[in-house]
Amino acid sequence: MLPELQLAILDLNARYAQTIDDGRLEDWPEFFTETARYVVTTAENFERGLPLGIIYATSRAMLRDRVRSLREANVYEAQRYRHMVSLPLVELGPDGAARATTSFMVVRVMHSGETSVFASGRYRDHIISDANGGALRFAERIVVLDSRRVDTLLALPL
Amino acid sequence: MNLKRNGRQWPLEGNTRVPYWVYSDDEIYAQEQERIFRGPSWSFLCLEAELAKPNSWRTSSLGEMPVVVARDGRGELRAFENRCAHRGALLCLKDRGEDRKIVCVYHNWTYDLEGNLTGIAFRRGLGGQGGLPEDCRPETQAPRKLRVATLAGLVFGTLSATAPALETYLGEAIIERIRRVMRAPIKVLGTYSQIVPSNWKLYLENVKDTYHASLLHTFFTTFRLARLTQKGALIINDSGGGHASLTMAADSGGREYEQAGMRTAQEGLKLEAPELLQSVDEFGDGCGVQIVAVFPSFVLQQIRNSLAVRRIVPQGLGRTELIWTAFGFEDDSPELTEMRLRQANLIGPAGYVSMEDGAAPGFVQRAALAAPELLSVVEMGGSGISSSESKVSEAAVRGMWHAWREQMGI
Repeated sequence: MLPELQLAILDLNARYAQTIDDGRLEDWPEFFTETARYVVTTAENFERGLPLGIIYATSRAMLRDRVRSLREANVYEAQRYRHMVSLPLVELGPDGAARATTSFMVVRVMHSGETSVFASGRYRDHIISDANGGALRFAERIVVLDSRRVDTLLALPL
Repeated sequence: MNLKRNGRQWPLEGNTRVPYWVYSDDEIYAQEQERIFRGPSWSFLCLEAELAKPNSWRTSSLGEMPVVVARDGRGELRAFENRCAHRGALLCLKDRGEDRKIVCVYHNWTYDLEGNLTGIAFRRGLGGQGGLPEDCRPETQAPRKLRVATLAGLVFGTLSATAPALETYLGEAIIERIRRVMRAPIKVLGTYSQIVPSNWKLYLENVKDTYHASLLHTFFTTFRLARLTQKGALIINDSGGGHASLTMAADSGGREYEQAGMRTAQEGLKLEAPELLQSVDEFGDGCGVQIVAVFPSFVLQQIRNSLAVRRIVPQGLGRTELIWTAFGFEDDSPELTEMRLRQANLIGPAGYVSMEDGAAPGFVQRAALAAPELLSVVEMGGSGISSSESKVSEAAVRGMWHAWREQMGI
């Protein structure tokens, strides 16, 4: 059971990363459930139990708003990401939802060509499958950044 | 005041023109560290809530000078240079700690939480040999102690014996605006920082520039959080270095921005999850946005119910770290805390509003490098630095330059 689930989550993470890295931001909220929590925080806040997020969303609608804002409202220089994600560590929670922890590293490439290691950290996920189709979605994805420090701004999602 | 420094001379127009060399001259940067950050200015160090217990400390800075802020065993707040008397190593390497004493890792010299040197390893040598001579007084090189003052839970420090009292430095009007927000014991919600790719002054100018907010930030304008048409005020203290800008939440619904074709007024933009902007008038005065900034390093922000302090830390000519600490109050309901966390989507490096403030100073920095002798124009609202109702004004930016020139002697 577990290897199969792990494989499915591996695939989920790969598709998630590819969606962002390809710039298909409109498809990104679809990886989440309607009532999902998506929080980007720092290891320092996470370990001290402080709730502040750099991004703090409590529904898929809030994620769609973020994409709309990035497309239509916010000013930032053109950039892309390249995600590298590790194999997920998977456990089954008491509620039947999968708990996965996956390390990631993101390289940011600016329009000028400047390339830098932008972020590293871990995803701490609750993953459930849709009642009908069986597709896996994030009910919760907490993005825990190793560093407290962001270079200039965090526009595209991690 | 038109003194030359390094052959640099301030333009004759006064504070309405700012030469670009202020952002790109290494010598000016070094002098700022000495004359401003280690001079007669008060720098924001931390929140008192971060040092709740006796025998606790945290690290901070005066500009680039590393500092330890501590609450000693008697509960007094102390601050001193984070530098060992012996060879100058950092005394505290971590962000925070709890202990009665501080031990330098290099040679085990020890200090109390007032910053006094209390122990020297093998001072008298071993077996009658080695050690320090009787007349050696390394205490004379001890970490410099700061004057520490608090206001409503905010801890400030200065190295200067001649700086006026903190209350005088801030001025009554600014103190009133600070007390308005810091109304009760606070609860820290979290912290993060961002690197602003510019000189530190460009970030502080951005905060003091009341003209830009609704012209750069679509979120402010489209959702009518802060338009220049909303009632408000700009308060500037006597030194020019402290200001508060206020924007009332009530909006007339006027279409001035739309009619003028301003980019930031986007009628088509709607939120699918409008709870992001759900807020309460917790201060009971109808003021939706209040920004206070005190030269050279402090910002206190209230955007609806999103409250935060920001500490500006220069890290070289073209690089600044901006450290954010968001907070609420100990008596907040869970609903209010949740509201603050949702509204925090407006601030910080990913903030719908603030991400643009992280980038804009860098746009100036990159262009200004090639134009050291040319001048930027800071004349919105005339040439004065006094308080006004209008925020179509750069008076607070001019005030900052007035304070800067005073302390730099330029």
